[in-house]
Amino acid sequence: MATMREIKRRRGSIQSTQQITKAMKLVSTVKLQRARMRAENAKAYFQYMYQTITSILSKAGTVNHPYVQGNTSDRVGIVTVASNRGLAGGYNANIVRLITESGFEKEKVRLYTVGKKGADGLARKGYEIVSDSSHAIEEPTFHDAKELGERLLQDFANGEIGEIYVAYTEFKNTVSHIPKMVKLLPVEATEMNDGPITLMNFEPSEEEAISLLVPKYVTSILYGAFVEAVASENGARMQAMDSATNNAEEIMNDLELKYNRARQGAITQELTEIIAGAEAIG
Amino acid sequence: MNIKIIKPDGEFFDGNGNFLEFTAVTGRMGVYDNHIPLTTILEPCVVKIHHGEVVKKAAVLGGFIEIQKDRIIILAEDANWPEDIDVARANAAKERAQARLDKKESGTDLVRAEAALKRAMARISAAGK
Repeated sequence: MATMREIKRRRGSIQSTQQITKAMKLVSTVKLQRARMRAENAKAYFQYMYQTITSILSKAGTVNHPYVQGNTSDRVGIVTVASNRGLAGGYNANIVRLITESGFEKEKVRLYTVGKKGADGLARKGYEIVSDSSHAIEEPTFHDAKELGERLLQDFANGEIGEIYVAYTEFKNTVSHIPKMVKLLPVEATEMNDGPITLMNFEPSEEEAISLLVPKYVTSILYGAFVEAVASENGARMQAMDSATNNAEEIMNDLELKYNRARQGAITQELTEIIAGAEAIG
Repeated sequence: MNIKIIKPDGEFFDGNGNFLEFTAVTGRMGVYDNHIPLTTILEPCVVKIHHGEVVKKAAVLGGFIEIQKDRIIILAEDANWPEDIDVARANAAKERAQARLDKKESGTDLVRAEAALKRAMARISAAGK
């Protein structure tokens, strides 16, 4: 049985860990609120962007354009959006798992990582990382997304990659975050079933409109993924830290019980010794 | 008709108007009610929203516009009201871009410099009278 001193020391250490996790939970709660607002504000833009792109493509399905038809390269470029900091439960591990279980051959995958932890995890698994823009996830700006988007489109145009995906964590609500892989290019025309389609005209031509719109579309999807990922990261960290705090509480209760028992044991022993000693003398 | 200007960090403008002026890649355009459906790409420009006698100006920096019969949606990369524009900063940006364009050194990204110049000019002209 552990001595009183040992138990006391252990309690002290758990208590200070608990204070840290509690503080981290508060910090990520505040950050989550901000990140969530940003994600919600951004939503309108992406919805319209997505609608417009899909409606263009549903009407221009036969357009002969590399952004729609793809190229001959069999390599896939994947943008992974994780975080720069750990202690967020399974947040980063989920992104890593999403890639390893995606079914793509390791040799054919080119990674464009955002977020140091995700990049480290994937590099350890032996994936090739061609670019890293981890700074972007600290405070995502539209400009960062644009730079990454331009890089992707350039590699796509050069035939280095034939498909572009983005892996990020979708923010459903505070407690539910879903790791998700979305195909960016070539753009797939999805079936539109929201009523009558009004005939749309394009100026300049459809092909030119696609050349100009697709980069904007890629940028906005990336930016959307960034802001949602930040919200998810803070949500995940908040949850992780909450359960860590609760867990510490539980261990503390358990240790308190053990400590009292050890103290009682020590007193009993001392008393027995004194009585035995007195009897021996008397 | 209903006019909406949306930028990545939220809605910028949502209101009514009966005439809208903007610059598309094909040139300056004006749109009244009941225009045929049209999607076109915007240059960085000054967008003017006419509602009766009132005219609202805003600097819209690239994006695209979707025109439907009774509504117009502008998806802008960025947009500013004239009162929010820092004219001194826009002027400095304009000069920087101009200098880069004039040098014509190899290695300078001419497309990017030109885009920066257009953005600065749009801001300046929106802030001016």
